[in-house]
Amino acid sequence: MFGKLSWAAVPLDQPIPMIASGVVALGIFGVMALVVLKGWLPYLWREWITSVDHKRIGVMYTLLAMVMLLRGFSDAILMRSQQALAFQSPGYLPPEHYDQIFSAHGTLMIFFVAMPFVIGLMNFVVPLQLGARDVAFPTLNSVSFWLTATGALLVNISLVVGEFARTGWLPYPPLSEIAYSPGVGVDYYLWALQISGVGTLLSGVNLVTTVLKIHAPGMTYMRMPMFCWTTLASNLLIVAAFPILTATLAMLLLDRYLGFHFFTNEAGGNVMMFMNLIWAWGHPEVYILILPAFGIFSEIIPTFSGKPLFGYRSMVAATMVICILAFMVWLHHFFTMGAGADVNGIFAVTTMIIAVPTGVKVFNWLFTMFGGRIVYSVPMLWSLGFIVTFVIGGMTGVLLAVPPADFVLHNSLFLVAHFHNVIIGGVLFGSFAGYTYWFPKAFGFRLHDRLGRAAFWFWIVGFYLAFMPLYVLGLMGMTRRMQHYDVPEWHPWLIAAAAGAALILCGIMLQVAQLVVSIRHRESLRDETGDPWNGRSLEWATSSPPPAFNFAILPNVEGEDAYWGIKQHARDQAHSNEEPEYEDIEMPANTPTGVICAFFATFMGFALIWHIWWLVIVGGIGAYATFVVFAWRNETEYKIDADEVAKIDRAHRRAIRAHSDAALASS
Amino acid sequence: MSEHARQADIAPGDEPIDDREIAKGVRGYLIGLGLATLLTVVSFVVAGTGWVWAPSIPIALAVLAVAQMGVHLVFFLHITTGPDNVNNVMALAFGVLIVFLVIAGSLWIVSHLNQNMLPMDQIMQMQR
Amino acid sequence: MSGHHSTAGMDPNHIGHAGGSGPPSHAARAAGSKRVIAGYGFWIFLLSDIIMFAAFFASYAVLTDATAKGPSGRDLFDLHGVAWETACLLLSSFTSGIATIGVWARRKSWFYGGMAVTFVLGATFLGLELREFTSLVARDAGPSRSAFLSAFFTLVGCHGLHVTAGLLWLLTMMAQVWAKGFRPDILRRVLCFSLFWHALDIVWVALFSVVYLMGAGR
Repeated sequence: MFGKLSWAAVPLDQPIPMIASGVVALGIFGVMALVVLKGWLPYLWREWITSVDHKRIGVMYTLLAMVMLLRGFSDAILMRSQQALAFQSPGYLPPEHYDQIFSAHGTLMIFFVAMPFVIGLMNFVVPLQLGARDVAFPTLNSVSFWLTATGALLVNISLVVGEFARTGWLPYPPLSEIAYSPGVGVDYYLWALQISGVGTLLSGVNLVTTVLKIHAPGMTYMRMPMFCWTTLASNLLIVAAFPILTATLAMLLLDRYLGFHFFTNEAGGNVMMFMNLIWAWGHPEVYILILPAFGIFSEIIPTFSGKPLFGYRSMVAATMVICILAFMVWLHHFFTMGAGADVNGIFAVTTMIIAVPTGVKVFNWLFTMFGGRIVYSVPMLWSLGFIVTFVIGGMTGVLLAVPPADFVLHNSLFLVAHFHNVIIGGVLFGSFAGYTYWFPKAFGFRLHDRLGRAAFWFWIVGFYLAFMPLYVLGLMGMTRRMQHYDVPEWHPWLIAAAAGAALILCGIMLQVAQLVVSIRHRESLRDETGDPWNGRSLEWATSSPPPAFNFAILPNVEGEDAYWGIKQHARDQAHSNEEPEYEDIEMPANTPTGVICAFFATFMGFALIWHIWWLVIVGGIGAYATFVVFAWRNETEYKIDADEVAKIDRAHRRAIRAHSDAALASS
Repeated sequence: MSEHARQADIAPGDEPIDDREIAKGVRGYLIGLGLATLLTVVSFVVAGTGWVWAPSIPIALAVLAVAQMGVHLVFFLHITTGPDNVNNVMALAFGVLIVFLVIAGSLWIVSHLNQNMLPMDQIMQMQR
Repeated sequence: MSGHHSTAGMDPNHIGHAGGSGPPSHAARAAGSKRVIAGYGFWIFLLSDIIMFAAFFASYAVLTDATAKGPSGRDLFDLHGVAWETACLLLSSFTSGIATIGVWARRKSWFYGGMAVTFVLGATFLGLELREFTSLVARDAGPSRSAFLSAFFTLVGCHGLHVTAGLLWLLTMMAQVWAKGFRPDILRRVLCFSLFWHALDIVWVALFSVVYLMGAGR
């Protein structure tokens, strides 16, 4: 009846996971009780859970990322403290638990923090920047989000029911094969990623179509803001790379479930094929993450330098070149695994070449700032922190791209330091910058400034203290994923790294405090005009938060100048004294399709992990039935009356006029 | 911008013909079916008989397969080189590039690894 | 891609009745534009699907000699059956095209007829494939016999699963047209379905050429 599932799956004898999951469960039940008791449930269901509005879905993606960041970071704290303590002693985490922690940390941070964070920001911002009313496929967008949430849920269920993979964040065979990992840990990993991978792929299809096909009148490709270009490149990479991940994980699943021999030691299986395919996805994946961050910086730096982006066309070219080259470097992840000199040599050269367009971008940002009137706002601080940190990470990356050096540094903490250097310094700093920058657009009030600054400084100092020692340790020969060690020279560096993690913890707590304080003081932080930063692109031409339809009148984009002029023109159009003729607007209607589909997918995934076959069938039929019911709807859109549009737009215009009158009076 | 460039894109799979020109539509599919059948038959003949010099058979089959895919794209999926199809063709080109990189790259890399390393079952035997 | 001013001057934002400067026939234009967006999105999805097949093809190509002293393609493949499968799928591509023309012409009889024949041909294809699979397993040449056979069953089986999904989709579309008529959103789905079906035939061309014809000749 319940397959492999029994009470023995719940680790009642292990205090750490039980306490952790107890706290999480208490938190979830507390929030749910609050929601039900306060009567917020109908509102949440109507306005958020079933929403197909790209802005709401973007916010939910970002929220998911931030909650999972807390989970992934608590894993990091466990690992840093274990390594600080485990000098000539077993520490406090037994090996089988420690292995699950580093596997879960990597999986969560890449798939359920970095990915939803950048996808959330792209979802929220790109239609606004294009002057569109929504993405190309709004319902599909909701399905994507909820499938991603399903994956995150499954990974977290593994904390309580069963176990997580002990194989590292990429389950290399033969260790991940059923012979060496007979438990359900790898299955949790595989099904969580397969389900959320479908969501990611669909969201990639959605955003590619949106950028290429949905624009305000006159918004030609070469007039799009840089963030739209990097979104296009990143999502093209999603569309091209995620199917490879799906196929590779499917092969491993077939090995584990049906006795196939893709990656086994017996019957001609080829382990190297897994490394090859997983990195054919894995390398594009790092560009999927970093390109949107590049786009965010390309929006923030011009805004706070008061200048247009330097070298817009070279920036577009560099982005698209990276999009292609990202698929030509994957072997550098396994230089040491036995290929000959010519294979290693060619992939080393392509790896060094891909650093060139990235360098072009760094110089463009520097020249954008050069001669500008720089405002050191919190988003700008994150951007500056990014430039310095990312250049260091990029240089250690080029070092690793030299095969002889890689033979020394491979699998060491030097590598761990390198990829944290680019992913934290690039993707995470970019996400925080974008979060601070677009928060007022999403909610109508700014984030508290001084707490944001404090969080930034704790983060960046903590980052350097936590990860620079890892470079040193890597050069001293310490390999990654060690549960204990007995080399006295390593100990002080690991204590320093743990102290760095503690500083980052302070930074995260300050960010939580910033959010709470900002919500409580939202009246004094209110953004009246919809343009709190004197921004340069179209999202700043509408109110904050934007109405459901984004723009009462779609802006008519004219002129070739990079998008400052476009925004000014759109604002002038929208705010001139003569009122336009408002018309009815039709918007896609909300639907619970996404959340119901994910509901069935969750059960299906759980049943597949535990071999509960009847539930797999029930889940599959349920998901199909959900789509048929959706396809049978007669009313797919709802209409917003012209009067209603006029009312909303007039209020926005009044706010702008009041603001400019006040500015005139005070000057 | 000229009137010509203002032409909107069309969806892949759509043919820009008038709704009433059924005969023309059917003719397109018939030509496609005929060409595809011809190429398929030639493929099977090449593979099944000794009429072609044996070492060249894989290349001949690959060429025939690519030709048949082209026939399908043009006559069934209505992908053209027209200005209304630029986005469709660009996407296709990107996909074909990735397909090529993944297949050719995998073959090249793994053949190297196979040359430089013992097959896994032999390594396992040595460890016993 | 750059510089191609695809949508200038139109009302590309199909939802935006307010934004266009065009003539009053908004509804017709909006419908056409939505069709382009849906078709293009599905085109992108199909490319991703084909890249997934490419990963399976790559595995097959790498593992094709890893027979673990078991049977190879030369010993196993029956080109006669493959020829029949190919004929079924190619004809079904044609008949699904006829169904598409039925949609253009708003002739339900053409649509139902074309779709029904497509279904029969697709189901026949699946039946032939299943027969091949069961006979292989019966001859101790199942997927767990060797890495080569694992890759073979996965690659061909993945295509078979796609055909199965396509048949389910086909029936759903026939039911939708029957219940709701030629509504614009249903027509968009029919367009996507026919793209899907034609794409499956393209994958099959690669399959019978690389797996069966090249495999049988080794």
